[in-house]
Amino acid sequence: MDILRFITAGSVDDGKSTLIGRLLYDSKSILIDQLEAIEKQTKNREDGEIDLALLTDGLRAEREQGITIDVAYKYFSTPKRKFIIADAPGHIQYTRNMVTGASNANLAIILVDARNGVAEQTRRHSIITSLLGIKHVVLAINKMDLVDYSQDVYNNIMIDYEQVAKTLGLKNIKYIPISALHGDNIVDLSDKYPWYNGDSLLHYLESVEVHADINLTDARFPVQYVIRPQTEELHDYRGYAGKITSGIYKKGDQVIVLPAGIESIISKIEIAGNEVEEAFAPQSVVLHLKDDIDISRGDLIVQKNNQPKTEQEIEVLLCWMDNKPLIKGNKYLLQLNSRVVRTVIKDIEYKLDVNSLERIYEFEKTGLNDIVKATLKTASLLPFDSYKDLPNNGGAILIDETSLVTVGACMLQ
Amino acid sequence: MKDEITNNTNHTNSPLRVRSLDYLEQLESEAIHIMREVAGQFERPALLFSGGKDSIVLVHLALKAFRPGKFPFPLVHIDTGHNFQEALDFRDSLVEELEERLIVRKVEDTIKAKQLTELKGKFASRNALQTYTLLDAIEEFEFDCCIGGARRDEEKARAKERIFSVRDEFGQWNPKLQRPELWNTYNGKIHKGENVRAFPISNWTELDVWNYIRRENIALPSIYFSHEREVLEYDGQLVAISKFIQLEESDIISVKKVRYRTVGDMTCTAAVESDAETLDEVINEIIVTKTSERGETRIDDKVSEAAMEDRKKNGYF
Ligand SMILES: Nc1nc2c(ncn2[C@@H]2O[C@H](COP(=O)(O)OP(=O)(O)OP(=O)(O)O)[C@@H](O)[C@H]2O)c(=O)[nH]1
Ligand SMILES: [Mg+2]
Repeated sequence: MDILRFITAGSVDDGKSTLIGRLLYDSKSILIDQLEAIEKQTKNREDGEIDLALLTDGLRAEREQGITIDVAYKYFSTPKRKFIIADAPGHIQYTRNMVTGASNANLAIILVDARNGVAEQTRRHSIITSLLGIKHVVLAINKMDLVDYSQDVYNNIMIDYEQVAKTLGLKNIKYIPISALHGDNIVDLSDKYPWYNGDSLLHYLESVEVHADINLTDARFPVQYVIRPQTEELHDYRGYAGKITSGIYKKGDQVIVLPAGIESIISKIEIAGNEVEEAFAPQSVVLHLKDDIDISRGDLIVQKNNQPKTEQEIEVLLCWMDNKPLIKGNKYLLQLNSRVVRTVIKDIEYKLDVNSLERIYEFEKTGLNDIVKATLKTASLLPFDSYKDLPNNGGAILIDETSLVTVGACMLQ
Repeated sequence: MKDEITNNTNHTNSPLRVRSLDYLEQLESEAIHIMREVAGQFERPALLFSGGKDSIVLVHLALKAFRPGKFPFPLVHIDTGHNFQEALDFRDSLVEELEERLIVRKVEDTIKAKQLTELKGKFASRNALQTYTLLDAIEEFEFDCCIGGARRDEEKARAKERIFSVRDEFGQWNPKLQRPELWNTYNGKIHKGENVRAFPISNWTELDVWNYIRRENIALPSIYFSHEREVLEYDGQLVAISKFIQLEESDIISVKKVRYRTVGDMTCTAAVESDAETLDEVINEIIVTKTSERGETRIDDKVSEAAMEDRKKNGYF
């Protein structure tokens, strides 16, 4: 059994939370007391249907306003898979929370209200899905019950979205007509859609292949922590603890420590205290090197014959997530895995227009939720890969030096 | 040292093994990564140890993350004074075996020093008062990060919390203003006075925890398995008879075979009737159960819809 992490995205009220409630409900993952609690709360609704969105809208403010503010994580399993769901908010104001949820997803379900079709937020979330390199996308055309289960409506939305997908380079989109409210085509196919002969949503989620998404070729190992017991019997023990973010390491491999560029050989690999011959992503391990060199948190151990770029001037696609604007010339901290470097924004080249999906070169400022192309200059060398080749070593966060808050997500180019 | 980490059944060395991790191995690696981020980013972290299964799993993960080195943090137990003796005994023997540092701070002492008012009533719980003791301990030892065993599947407010959750000077969580948290990159930068709560097993479910305990052969306090106990049936729940609850004439006490799904305060953790004496039997019961861990066993969360959210906002774990 493996894990599939997915996110639900799309515009406000398109039915994301309801869909997740439905998935949990129909797969019998909701326990009685949880159901009773939401039944009690739905009593005051006019239509009397239980409001499945309440299963994920866990904050008081969310229940009061009937919207999702921050990502909720939900879990369920079938005999095939364990699923980790991130239910994202659709509201534009909370886009950064959607980005948070999307950053760890293998798959995105983007919902569209069949009555409204592709909306601005549908595009915005699609851009983010594409930027973050989410490889599998489901476009769920929801609320089919409100458009008489019309195949034409479904087809038109599909045609519209194909355009968006093409511009953004999203591939292999799976289109599924659903009604989250009534549970159509979620776990089982509904007979109200005789024209639809694809999979049910759950069936697709269970069968989509994601293991291949783990890169086992380009070995990257960011050092998180150095284990030095300094006891008498372990006087010379010096182990580099970290998680292999991609690739494979074997005992005897010729490696190089970046950014310093010092070469050595792997003398031992341990997993939880047991020695092993090789280890692979995403295992958490301890590496030992033959030579006694100065290595600390933030260093990157890679194979000598497969190295990342090591540069100081880096082009990035940047999702800005703070209320204060991003200002050219400002300094920030840039954190890539365990390495933190100071950085200055040298240039902001263009901004993406969410509606036309075009680049705008003339604009006043970069505000909350804007996506821009920028150039950063770091205070010291940063070993990194291009996000689209190796996301695990190409995604970095920007931290405001004064508020210490995470203000940006950078896809290094 | 190796013997501390019990023999597991994954054959990492087997040549036939495909290079992929199953779901428990993935969760384990993620949790170890988070613990090492805490060790790498903070000056004075602590691991909050309650004696319950989730914190026992955390300790097991810490062994995997840091051995043969020492833990880069002490274990901290906020002792309500209403604990199960079995849990305390287990705590003490575990700490002795590991040769790690344990700090105990008692809610009783905080109540005296700060003249706090205890709840009254039948099951007067000190659960809420723990927050004061915890915040005092954070101040006393200047902890900048506390590792906790909370899981997102436990409760709907927890389902919303980040893995590195920043708390202000008063320990308060602001659910409407959480930092973005991308990929596996955790921003632990904080101002003086603030601190971070880090949750390595956020993405584990109750069943994942049990399956992991079984796979790794982790020892648990005996109260997690079926045993006979004097209980009081109250509002559909079974509460252990102890000197901490107030009995009335009309109360009917009976002896039942029970086990616990969570171990907290004796006053606010309910038992479930069960004959399950082994891990396999417990797991089988959990697979078919129709109520959630909290719903079945926590007396304190039922009070209001937003009970957990409110407690977290005030500095609770
Ligand atoms: N008729 C009909 N109504 C639906 C369907 N799916 C959702 N709804 C309703 O649409 C409204 C919004 O649903 P939510 O699930 O809260 O929407 P959301 O996308 O999670 O909204 P945000 O998280 O705030 O962006 C609710 O009143 C739902 O009952 C559907 O398939 N058919
Ligand atoms: Mg929602």
